Amino acid sequence: MIKRIAAYIKPYRLQAALAIFCIAAETMFELIIPLIMADIIDVGVKYGDKTYIFEKGGVMIACALVALVLGIGSARFSAVCGQGLGAELRKAEYRKLQEFSFANTDHFHTSSLITRLTSDITTIQNAVATGLRPAFRAPMMMITAMIVSFIINARLALIFLVAAPLLGVMLYQIIRHVRPLYSKMQGAIDLVNRTIQENLTAIRVVKAYVRGDYEIAKFEESNNNLRFTSETAFRLAALNMPAMQLVMYATILCILWFGGQMIQVGGMEVGELTGFLSYVLQVLNSLMMISSVFMMLTRSLASGKRILEVMDEPIDLTDENAKDLSVTQGDIVFDHVYFKYKKEAKEYVLSDVSFHIKPGQTVGIIGPTGSAKSTLVQLIPRLYDATQGTVRIDGHSVAEYPLHHLRDAIAMVLQKNTLFSGTVKDNLRWGKEGATDAEIEAACRIACVDEFIGRLENGYETELGQGGVNVSGGQKQRLCIARALLKQPKVLILDDSTSAVDTATEAKIRQGMAESLPGTTKIIIAQRISSVAHADQILILDDGRINAAGTHEELLKTNPIYQDIYHSQREGAGL
Amino acid sequence: MATPKSHGYKRPKDTKKTLAQLFHYLGVHKLALAGIAVLVFISSAANILGTYFLKPVINDYILPGNISGLVVALLLMGAMYGVGVLATWGYNQLMVHTSQQVVSEIRGDLFRHVQTLPLSYYDAHTHGELMSRFTNDVDTLTEALNNSFALLIQSAIMITGTIAMLLVLNIPLSLIVVAFLAAMFLFIQYNSKRSKKHFTEQQNRLGDINGFIEEMVSGQKVEKVFNHEEQDFAEFCRRNEALRKASTRALSYSGLMIPTIVSLSYFNYAVSACVGGLFVLGGMMDLGGLASYLVYVRQSAMPLNQFTQQINFLLSALSGAERIFEMMAEKPEIDEGVATLCNVVIHEDGSRSECTEHTGQFAWKYPLPNGMTELIPLRGDVRFFGVTFGYKPGKTILDNISLFAKPGQKIAFVGSTGAGKTTIINLINRFYEINGGTITYDGIDVRDIKKDDLRRSLSMVIQDTHLFTGTIADNIRYGRLKATDEDVVKAAKLANADSFIRRLPDGYDTLLHSDGANLSQGQRQLLAIARAAISRPPVLILDEATSSVDTRTERLIEKGMDALMHGRTVFVIAHRLSTVRNAEAILVLEKGRVIERGSHDELLQKQGRYYQLYTGQFELE
Repeated sequence: MIKRIAAYIKPYRLQAALAIFCIAAETMFELIIPLIMADIIDVGVKYGDKTYIFEKGGVMIACALVALVLGIGSARFSAVCGQGLGAELRKAEYRKLQEFSFANTDHFHTSSLITRLTSDITTIQNAVATGLRPAFRAPMMMITAMIVSFIINARLALIFLVAAPLLGVMLYQIIRHVRPLYSKMQGAIDLVNRTIQENLTAIRVVKAYVRGDYEIAKFEESNNNLRFTSETAFRLAALNMPAMQLVMYATILCILWFGGQMIQVGGMEVGELTGFLSYVLQVLNSLMMISSVFMMLTRSLASGKRILEVMDEPIDLTDENAKDLSVTQGDIVFDHVYFKYKKEAKEYVLSDVSFHIKPGQTVGIIGPTGSAKSTLVQLIPRLYDATQGTVRIDGHSVAEYPLHHLRDAIAMVLQKNTLFSGTVKDNLRWGKEGATDAEIEAACRIACVDEFIGRLENGYETELGQGGVNVSGGQKQRLCIARALLKQPKVLILDDSTSAVDTATEAKIRQGMAESLPGTTKIIIAQRISSVAHADQILILDDGRINAAGTHEELLKTNPIYQDIYHSQREGAGL
Repeated sequence: MATPKSHGYKRPKDTKKTLAQLFHYLGVHKLALAGIAVLVFISSAANILGTYFLKPVINDYILPGNISGLVVALLLMGAMYGVGVLATWGYNQLMVHTSQQVVSEIRGDLFRHVQTLPLSYYDAHTHGELMSRFTNDVDTLTEALNNSFALLIQSAIMITGTIAMLLVLNIPLSLIVVAFLAAMFLFIQYNSKRSKKHFTEQQNRLGDINGFIEEMVSGQKVEKVFNHEEQDFAEFCRRNEALRKASTRALSYSGLMIPTIVSLSYFNYAVSACVGGLFVLGGMMDLGGLASYLVYVRQSAMPLNQFTQQINFLLSALSGAERIFEMMAEKPEIDEGVATLCNVVIHEDGSRSECTEHTGQFAWKYPLPNGMTELIPLRGDVRFFGVTFGYKPGKTILDNISLFAKPGQKIAFVGSTGAGKTTIINLINRFYEINGGTITYDGIDVRDIKKDDLRRSLSMVIQDTHLFTGTIADNIRYGRLKATDEDVVKAAKLANADSFIRRLPDGYDTLLHSDGANLSQGQRQLLAIARAAISRPPVLILDEATSSVDTRTERLIEKGMDALMHGRTVFVIAHRLSTVRNAEAILVLEKGRVIERGSHDELLQKQGRYYQLYTGQFELE
C-alpha cells in the first residue's frame, strides 16, 4: 500500500531525492559539530591555544551555516513533495470519482466520498510533510550511535540486543491494535460529516420544523461516538511514550549496573561509560522518533486504505464495448428492457419495456408517481445500464457508443436539476463551452429565460450560489432548459422540467423548441396532459411497464389511465 | 476568486483573541490541565534528575567499588524513573482525554451555532466551505491539542530548569545563552507571524476545494449528462494547484524555523565554547566546569527545538481556530419574540389546559394580572401590511404587499416564476427579515412571537424536498417525533404514499440515504407531504408540494388534506391551476405585487391576468 501511494510522488521525485539528501547531510553536521567541540576543549583549552580555539569556533560557525542552508533546503523540498503528493493523490482520486457510475457512488455514499477526498488526503499529506525529516534522520542517528557504542564496548552494547527487540515488540503491539481503531475513527468521522452535510442541505426543513434541538441531539450522538472512538485510538497510541521511556530508563540502569561491574574488574574506563551512556541516549531518542513516525504512518495508512478503496473500485459502467460511433439520427429503440437499481433487489423497476421512437419525433411519457418514468429515460444517455434487454440508438446498442459521444448527442434536463455556483453565463456554458453571447441569448429566448434575466441583479453575470439559491424554482428550470438547448442535441430529454413554469410560458418554450430543433428527437416526461398532448406518440407508464402507447386522441378514447388523468385536469380547468 | 462571496467584510485577524477563545474552552478543564502540568513536571523532573544523578552514582559507588551502595542507588534511581514513566503515562492519557473532550465541545458548539444562523448565511456559502470548518479546521485543532499542548508545558519547564542550572554554574557565561535564547524566541515570533498569513491562506484554499468537491459530487448526474468532466477536472486542478502552492508556501516558511533554531543553537554553542575557553585560560573557570556547562548549553536548545517541530501543527491549528471562531461569531437569527404558543388539550367541558404532548391544538399563553396565564386558542390568521422585502439591499422582490388569510381559508398564490411566491411564505415563518411593513399572526406582529413557537405552528412543504438518513418512518415522524406507528401510516395514507412504501423491500423500515437517492422525485414529495400532515398544523404551507406528483394522486391528496385542514389556514403555491382552483382566494402575483385577488370564478369573470393564465391552459388542451 505504501508503495502504491508513494508512486504518486513521481512528479516530485527530484525534490524528494533532494529533501532526503539535505536531511542526511544535515544530520551528518549534527554528528560532526560535537566532535569539533571536543577538540576545542581537549586541545585548545587544555593547551591554552587561543588561535586554535577561535579557528575551531569559526569552523563550527561555518558548519552551522551550512547546516542552516541544508535545513532550509530540506524544509522546502519536503514541503514541495509532501504537498505535491497530496495534490497528485487528490487529483487522481477526483479523476477516478468522475468515472464512477451511480452504483459506485451509492456503494460509498456521498459524504464518505467527500471525506475520502478531503481529510484522508490531508492526513497523508501532513504525515509526509512532518514525518519525512524524522523518518530519515532518526535511523541515521541511531545507526551511527550504535556503531560508536559497539566500538566503545561491544559487550556492554549487547544490552541493545535485548532493549531494541523489547521496544520493537511493544511498539508492534500498539500499532497492531491501534490500526483498526484508526479505521473505526475514520468511519466515525464519516458519520459526523454526514450529519453536518445533511443539516446544511436540509436546513430549511430543519428550521421549518424547529428540529434544531433534535438535530443537535442527533449530532451529539455521532459526535460522542467520534470522541469515544478517537479517544480510544489516541489513548492506545499514547502508550508509545511511556513504553519508550520505560525501556530507555531500564537500559540506563542496566548499563550502570553491568558497566559498573566491568569497571570493577577493569574491563572499562569511567570515561568510556559516560560516553557510552550519551550514545545510548541518542539511540533511544532516535527510536522514540522512529516510533512516532510509525504512529503517524499507521494513522495515514488507515486513510491510505480508504483512498485506495476508492481507486480500486471497479467501474461498472465503461467504454469497453465501445466502437467509434456517433449518434447521427436520434432513432431510439427499447428492446425488452428490464432494470433494477441493485442486483440483489427482488423486483424490477422497469419490466419488459419496448418501444420505438423515430428520429425527429416528439414523444410524451406520462404515468403515476413512482412509475419509473425518470428511470426509463436515464437509460438513454447511459446514466445506468439496463439489467436485461437493450437500448438502441440508430440501430446500435448504447453500450457501443463511447460515453463521451453518446452523451454529447443527448441533452437531458433532469427532474432534480442542479445549477452550480458561478454566474448565469458560466452555468449556461456547460451546454456549450465557449458559446458566444448570441448563441446564449438565442437559447435563452427559446427557454424564455430572456423574460426574467433582466430582472436579475447583473443579468447574465448574476452569481447563482450553490444549487442556484438566488433564483426561483421556475427560473432555475428555464435556465436548465437553456443550458440543454445550447448543446444542439440529436436527442433532447425533458424530465418533468417545466413543472414550476406556468403553462403559457411552457407553451412558448415548446413552440420555440419545435421551431429551432426540428430534427431533434424529443422525449418529454410530464404531469400535465397539455405538455404532451401535441406529441407524435404518448407512452403511458404504470408500475414500470408500458401500459399503452398512442396519440392523444387514441389514448383518450381507449386508455382508462389516460382518461382519468385527463379528466382530473379538465376539472381543474373548470370547463 | 470563484468562491462565493461571503457577505460582509473580513475582520482583521486577531491571534490574541483566537487564543483567548481557545483558552476559554480549555479553561473548563482547569483541573485536568493542572493535573497534566503537574504530571509533566514530575516526568521532566525524573528525566533531569536522572541525568544529574549519573555523576554521584559513578563517583561515589562505581569508582570506590561500593556494590551494595550501587544497588541501593540504582534501586532509588529505578524508583524515580518508575514514577517518571507513570507520570508520562498519566499525562499522555489525560491529555488525550482532555483534548478530545475540548474538540468535541468545540464541534458541538459549532454545530449548535450553525443551527441558529439565518438562511441568508447559508445562501452566501457553499456547503463544502461550511463543512470544511467542521472537518479540516477542527481536525487541525485536534492534532495540535493532542500533540503540542503537553509539549509546550514540557518545553517551558525544561527551559526554566536549564537556565536555572546554567545560572548556578556560571552567571556571565549564562548571559550569552540567555541572549541566544531570546534571539530564538524573537525569531520564532517573527516567523510565526509571517507564516500564519500563509497558513490562513492554506485553510481558506482547503475550504475552497472542499466546497468545489462537495458541489461536484452532489451534482454528479448533471456533470455526466453534460459531458462536463474535463472542464470540471480542469477547474478542480486549478483549485488543487492553488491549494498546493498555498500549503507549500506555508510549510516552507514555517519550515525555516527548525533549521534556524538548530543553527542558532550551534552558534550559541560555539560562542559559549570560545568564551568559556578564554574564561578557563583566564583562570575564571575550571575545565571540568566548562565541560558540564557546555552539556547544559546543548540541552537548553532542545526544548525550543522540540517546540519548533510542532510549529506547523500549531500554526495551521491557529488558522483553523480562527476560522471556527469567526463562524461562531456570525450573528444568529434575531429572535426577540415574547409571545409564546403552547400545545393544549381540549377537555370535554370545552376548557383547555397546557400540555407538552403534541396535540395539534395550539394556544397563545396570555399572562393575566393575577399571575395566571390565560390560554387563547390559536386561530391562524395571517396578514401582511405593506410588506417590502429583498434578499439583497437595493433589490426589491416584494413591493408593498398586503394580504390576509383568515382562519379556515385556503389561500393560493399564482403568478409567473420569480414573481415572489416562495418569498412570501419564507417571510411568514421568518426565514428572512422584512425590510418594511408588518406581518401579523392572530393580530400579533410576527417579530414579537417566539420564533420556534411560530414555526412549530406552521407546517411547510418546501419546493426542494429533503429527506434524512434513516427509515421512511423516521422521515415521516420528523413532523412529530412522538407519533405512533399508526399515526405514521395514517399520514402516509393521507399523502398517498402508503401504497408505494408497502411495496419497498422493507416497507416503512426501508433505509433512506443520501437524501432519499433511490426514490423518485414524486415519491419524495409524497413523503414530505406525509411529514407535514403528521404534525397536524394550524397553518399549512404547500410550496409546489405536488409539482412532481401526477394529477390523479394529487387530487386524492387534496381531498385528504382538505379534511385534515378543515377550519385551518392553508397556503398553496402551484403552477397547475388545477391545484389551486378550490382555494377561497387566489392571489395573482406579478413582479412582487399582488395584482388580483378573488375566487376562481370571480377572477375568471374579471378577465384579467388569471383569466389569461387560465385560458392559456384552455387553449393548450
